[in-house]
Amino acid sequence: MDNPIRVLVGKVGLDGHDRGVKVVASALRDAGMEVIYSGLHQTPENVVRAAIEEDVDVVAISILSGAHMTLFPRILELLNGKGRDDVLLCGGGIIPEKDREELMKLGVGNLFGPGTPTTEIVAYLEKEIAARRGK
Amino acid sequence: MGGDRVALARAMTLVENGSPGAADLLDRVYPRTGHAYRIGITGPPGAGKSTLVSRLVGELWKGGSKVGVVAVDPSSPFTRGALLGDRVRFQDLPDNSDVFVRSMASRGSSGGLAFKTGEVCDLLDAAGMDTVIVETVGVGQSELDVAAAVHTTIVVLVPESGDEVQAMKAGLMEIGDLFVVNKSDRLGAERMARGIEDMLRLSPARHDWIPTVVLLSALRGDRFPELLEAIESHRSHLEESGDLAELKTETARSRIRDLIDACIRQQFWATDGVNEQLDKALELIAAGGSSPYSAADEIIKKFTGGRG
Repeated sequence: MDNPIRVLVGKVGLDGHDRGVKVVASALRDAGMEVIYSGLHQTPENVVRAAIEEDVDVVAISILSGAHMTLFPRILELLNGKGRDDVLLCGGGIIPEKDREELMKLGVGNLFGPGTPTTEIVAYLEKEIAARRGK
Repeated sequence: MGGDRVALARAMTLVENGSPGAADLLDRVYPRTGHAYRIGITGPPGAGKSTLVSRLVGELWKGGSKVGVVAVDPSSPFTRGALLGDRVRFQDLPDNSDVFVRSMASRGSSGGLAFKTGEVCDLLDAAGMDTVIVETVGVGQSELDVAAAVHTTIVVLVPESGDEVQAMKAGLMEIGDLFVVNKSDRLGAERMARGIEDMLRLSPARHDWIPTVVLLSALRGDRFPELLEAIESHRSHLEESGDLAELKTETARSRIRDLIDACIRQQFWATDGVNEQLDKALELIAAGGSSPYSAADEIIKKFTGGRG
């Protein structure tokens, strides 16, 4: 029986900076995960639709536009609305500490800032998903 | 679709992972399959398969069809990880339950599909889809599993796909029921299409069908009515000739064989003493006293009652 971690990786909203998200997507692939890359300029609705159809364990969103306080809660709300509150929503980008804390309080997972080693992201996802599947 | 999208997606994961319960699920689903018409899209990397599929989905949906898509991309043979990027091209899907797209990693299968792609198509079929489109990994000349998994196989090529000698080779060019020459605005597109037509005229017709060649640009979306018409006439041909029913029997036959093969293999390697015998044989081979051929022969004779 085969059960790789499936991750939807993408960018939401009007933000065309995709170098970082591609580096992360490649790192997760190299860690043995199945990475669904959604591409740029996704709507939260689009992301959640893909997350459901692909039955992912993780939705990882990159936001560098400053719209994180709108987009993360919206995605969370849509996932919950579809009964997929078990999906780990996490991400990265330029996100101030205060906002980060607030988002984590809402139920968003880790948000990684610039300069984070990809090994740290991989280790976080592996640990988090193992714990969730173990339940 | 009637059913629950979350449940459908979960069922796909269950089947794909070969989790306990997958066989029971497929057993229950099977009687509800057979409604969906299955179209395979294959061709070399970069030919425009995903763009074509995404456009085709839109056109079929506009025509009132519920459409399921299974898009396969390769898994790494080293890490088993995969980057599934076909959704990038699927940006303008109708936002409703008439369209369902699933990405699959090939997970060690080398035929251009994943081992469980056919079963995932069954789930879409049973969920009420009218059309199921299978997009293969970007293939070379010999990843041809798709032809046995669908009703109409479309081979997508581009003007740069090669000269007539490439088109004469065995493999990919033999499985197309339809050929699409994509990127029709490029130099040599017309000549490529005519070259394929010439080649096809010289080949023996499979199922009494001479493949159609459609020259189009998936990006611009022109000539899709022509493509839809070509698919429809191939379908009518299969229905009239009885080949459609035959295909279902053939699929069932190969599924049964695969399941039995897998079961026997698993049973054999779980037999007491087999692995110990293998280790012993390996020591002997290392010492120069045996070969893999005689070792296999001995092991088979010993553990299957001499049916080697």
